[in-house]
Amino acid sequence: MASQPTAATPPRDSVNHGLRFVVAWLVLSVIATPLVVIFVGPILPPGSMTTQAHEQIYDNTWLAAVSTPVLCLVVVFLVYAFVYFRAPKGGALVDGPPLREHAGIQVVWIVITSLTVLMLAAFGTYQLLQNGSGGGQGPSPVAVPAGASHNLAVQVIGQQWEWTFRYPSFGGVETHELVLPQHTSVTLHVTSLDVVHSFWAYQLGVKADANPGTDNVAYVQTRGPGTFQIRCAELCGLFHGYMFSTGRVVSATQFQSWAKTQEAIYKTIAKYVPPYAKTYICPAAGTSPTCSPQPTLRGG
Amino acid sequence: MQVGVKLLLVAAAVAVAGVLIGFYANKLTHDANSAAYTVPVRIVNGQRVVDLKIQTVAAAGPTVSHNPDWVSYLVQTSNGVWKHLTVWDLPANATIHVTDYNFDGASGTRNPFLGRFTGTDGNRALVNGKPVDHIDPSLASHIFAVPQLGINIAFLGVPDNAKNQCGYAPCPLKTAHETIKFTFHTTTPGHYRWQCFVPCAAGWISGWGGPMQTIGYMDGFLNVKA
Amino acid sequence: MTAVTAPLRPPIWRRLVGFNLLTGIVLGIGGWYVGWFGAHAVVGPSLDYFGDVDYNELSVFMAYIGGVVGFLIGLGFLNYPARRLLGYPPSLREKETGGWARYFGLCTDHKVVGIQYLWGIGLFFFIGGLNAMLIRFELLRPTHQVFSGGTYLTLVGMHGTMMMGMMSSGILGPFANYLVPIMIGARRMAFPRVEALTFWLLMAAGAILTTTIFFGGFPTGWTGYEPLNVQAAAGMDCYILFFALAGISMTLLGLNMIATIVTMRAPGLTWMRLPIFVWGVLSTASLMVLAAPVLIAVLSMSALDRAAQTTFFSASGGGSNYLYENLFWVFGHPEVYILALPGFAIVLELLPVFARKPLWGYRLAVAGLLGVTLLSWMVWQHHLFVSGINGDLRPFYMLSTELISIPTGFTFICGLMTLWRGQIRFTVPMLFCLAWFFNFLLGGLSGVFLSDVPSDVTTHGSFFSMAHFHYTIMGGLVFTFFAAIYYWVPKMTGWQLNETLGKIHFWTMFVFFNSTFAPLFAIGFLNQPRRVNVYAHTLQFLNDWVSVSAFCLGTSMLIFLFNLVWSLAFVKKPAVANPWASRSIEFQLPSPVPVHNFDRIPVFSSDPYGYGEGPVPQWVPAGAPAGRD
Repeated sequence: MASQPTAATPPRDSVNHGLRFVVAWLVLSVIATPLVVIFVGPILPPGSMTTQAHEQIYDNTWLAAVSTPVLCLVVVFLVYAFVYFRAPKGGALVDGPPLREHAGIQVVWIVITSLTVLMLAAFGTYQLLQNGSGGGQGPSPVAVPAGASHNLAVQVIGQQWEWTFRYPSFGGVETHELVLPQHTSVTLHVTSLDVVHSFWAYQLGVKADANPGTDNVAYVQTRGPGTFQIRCAELCGLFHGYMFSTGRVVSATQFQSWAKTQEAIYKTIAKYVPPYAKTYICPAAGTSPTCSPQPTLRGG
Repeated sequence: MQVGVKLLLVAAAVAVAGVLIGFYANKLTHDANSAAYTVPVRIVNGQRVVDLKIQTVAAAGPTVSHNPDWVSYLVQTSNGVWKHLTVWDLPANATIHVTDYNFDGASGTRNPFLGRFTGTDGNRALVNGKPVDHIDPSLASHIFAVPQLGINIAFLGVPDNAKNQCGYAPCPLKTAHETIKFTFHTTTPGHYRWQCFVPCAAGWISGWGGPMQTIGYMDGFLNVKA
Repeated sequence: MTAVTAPLRPPIWRRLVGFNLLTGIVLGIGGWYVGWFGAHAVVGPSLDYFGDVDYNELSVFMAYIGGVVGFLIGLGFLNYPARRLLGYPPSLREKETGGWARYFGLCTDHKVVGIQYLWGIGLFFFIGGLNAMLIRFELLRPTHQVFSGGTYLTLVGMHGTMMMGMMSSGILGPFANYLVPIMIGARRMAFPRVEALTFWLLMAAGAILTTTIFFGGFPTGWTGYEPLNVQAAAGMDCYILFFALAGISMTLLGLNMIATIVTMRAPGLTWMRLPIFVWGVLSTASLMVLAAPVLIAVLSMSALDRAAQTTFFSASGGGSNYLYENLFWVFGHPEVYILALPGFAIVLELLPVFARKPLWGYRLAVAGLLGVTLLSWMVWQHHLFVSGINGDLRPFYMLSTELISIPTGFTFICGLMTLWRGQIRFTVPMLFCLAWFFNFLLGGLSGVFLSDVPSDVTTHGSFFSMAHFHYTIMGGLVFTFFAAIYYWVPKMTGWQLNETLGKIHFWTMFVFFNSTFAPLFAIGFLNQPRRVNVYAHTLQFLNDWVSVSAFCLGTSMLIFLFNLVWSLAFVKKPAVANPWASRSIEFQLPSPVPVHNFDRIPVFSSDPYGYGEGPVPQWVPAGAPAGRD
């Protein structure tokens, strides 16, 4: 066959490619990683309006810091290989050295990747268990921040296609707007009246799916005042993309006066709205006093 | 096979593909229900004023829609004809007077909180001439809500035992109906969605399928233009 | 003396009659109507029982099932069972000669099935890609809408569903079917007719999915989440049927691959001499066999919820949407490894050829493939971190998801070390394989972010996760899909693909792929959820950049198509049997490979990676057995 390669391989060159590559990688990593931590870290989402959001930035910075040397490793390796190990153009086809494995490199690789991965998992678990990191934990949360029993409870109700909110400690008042007091620990109870939605309050660093018939608990500790965007992060039908609104974190006095105003407005409709409950799905119509009245099915 | 024949076959295949893609893209973009109706504008004392007349019906009927059993909104054009369109062009910085003739019976809101009116002048509406700020949510038939503008008005339903109920749209005013009037104001131009919040699509679980998720029936847009 | 005349070919109409695609389509349409009207007759006008005011759901399902049955009968799949029931002797092969006509029917030649798959999957890949172009067109403007909301969601759903369902068999269908018997020294697959069936089932599935727009489309995206699923119009049934049929196709394909690889290896081919591509196929096949049935089960339950008003997944009826989510992702996570593993296998298979070195760390590479396969069953709840699952589960799934990076890393080290001190040739297949390292690296690193629960709180359900899976699946699988095409099409067809056009295709695809998907990481971090057609004005520049890049990416695919048609239909430059100087057995055979693959069954003495270790072994020594079929 015309293209049968020769068995001869070129002599090993005197350059220690391995050392060169490792040095190049280390140099690049040592330069790049601090740059990533210093310049990319602070601009990572989602902001510092809450403790959870701030911790997510910390997490993301760490993850970026660990990823940078990995990225450098592969990129430097590829560039190095393309430069030094390319077959010369033209000429006969020549084989490379028959290197099949190297126990030392394998062991080092397995050990380092395993340690890195385990460290990341431990780090992530530690961060998560502090206070839940703003993620929904279902009806029996495990990562409960200290003093959570004294938290301000706010219910987030997802329905196609709007978010409404209820404040059980203010008589179960329901509102169209989410307002929270600053420097407060809040327990969010997220539920849905119909399909699965996902409550994503960006600057709060909160995301919790809204499931029909389930109370999904997420903890958030607000810091300074500001506004935050709320979007739906789980496809819920036609106007999923439009299911957004703006929430506010305000001072304690502003919050109290807002809540009072809402209570006064709510009085007109309060008698029709079922009492505050963790979920609102009735397994069988009319069997529970806490269920919203089910619409009557009419033909046509 | 000769080169010429092959070229012809390739050209034919490309043409067929082009036609199919064009047909597909065209079908997707031209959703008859998404056509817009530009509501006529009057100028009163230098202010822009719009009279928007809409009706809500229990069944759209075969003359205006492909889904005759579906509940629907319709809008009245300037020559009195009722059109099956739910995308309405409105002017910015204007006063919009809305009159809804509701010919449909009550199904009740899923969330009773939405029985309370917001976003209109005084957060009130005239229900059969009486100004109120809410209705009993279990008597609601449909809701007109524009969440981005904070508007939420529930329409009282026609009692089940009312005489002379309307069948298919467009419904004439001599059949049983409730009249709801309210006024709101547009400010910034934009593309605002509106929807009904009463799950009355019978047959779908929880009543939210079909017309509740289809532009042209229980959902639409307000194109507020400068 | 009478002149010897060539035998007369029957007229074209006569040749069209018979069990083939045309008959299949005719009987399929007939079967569709039988199902539709039959269901109406059985159920009658009492639509209330089945609850949907517009469509008798049962009719929709029965119509499509009738259509598929008619289609398969028309293709001839019942002929052999009928013949056996009537007492005819068993036979293995059908229609393996007959020119191009055999590609349009039931053919038991695994090489024909492979080529059928290549064209069939290619067709649906382009349809899915067209949907993607339309999606990006919609996202050019933050609030203006080109498509109505329901149509947009159907486009999103069709794109995802088509791609996931089709590309799951994207490597195994075309390339494993063609190459696995050759690579193991066999003349056929274990179950040749079943092999043909998997192809035609997938084609029927794809056709059904394209008709969803005529039934109102579906609003759930490719994940089909309940209870939104139950609210959807009849187009949702097309989605259910597509995945059910594709699931059956995948299960059978996997079974066939496992049976073939385990039982039909030629003498001398021990497990440690198996080409790494075959190991990859085996791993993928085992996932298919175990995961696809779960999908079929969950979809059956969805279909019952829709058509018979059961409430498996509806809280108002005592069911739970968590049941759907968990069942779906038990399938869904192995599914993405079904997509990713063949990519690993192709990269590891091609790198030795183009670096002219043995595959470095063969056993480590095998361990990596098997490790990924095993661990892929233990990570699925990372799709559900913020859904409200029990908080105790989250650290476990965070750990298991992080752990799966370890066997994935084995593929990286084995591939990279294969390049080390090699003689690298930058041919078109090699370029695609090298791009894999970069793309899958970014995909994998973003996966590390997503697997960290605190980070996932912001990125779940956003464009960040979209960028992640496009980098791993498109950057991983689709790039290697093209590598495989450029590498093996000369062997399959006997003609070369134009190298310059191939390089243009590669560079445009690589540049615009990264340009399209890298900004999506930022867009997700900046609060844009998935599957939306309206977004914040501040994100318009990024979205426009992505859309324009996507259009250019689509154009690069057209360059590929042009190359394909130009080279294979017009230029038709014959390819030598071994254009890449590969030591693998398929390149020791003529191009295209003859019907019976080998004159004599080979006897293997080593793996195909002995670069630098001596001449290519002659695997068909004189005394080798001729071998049974």
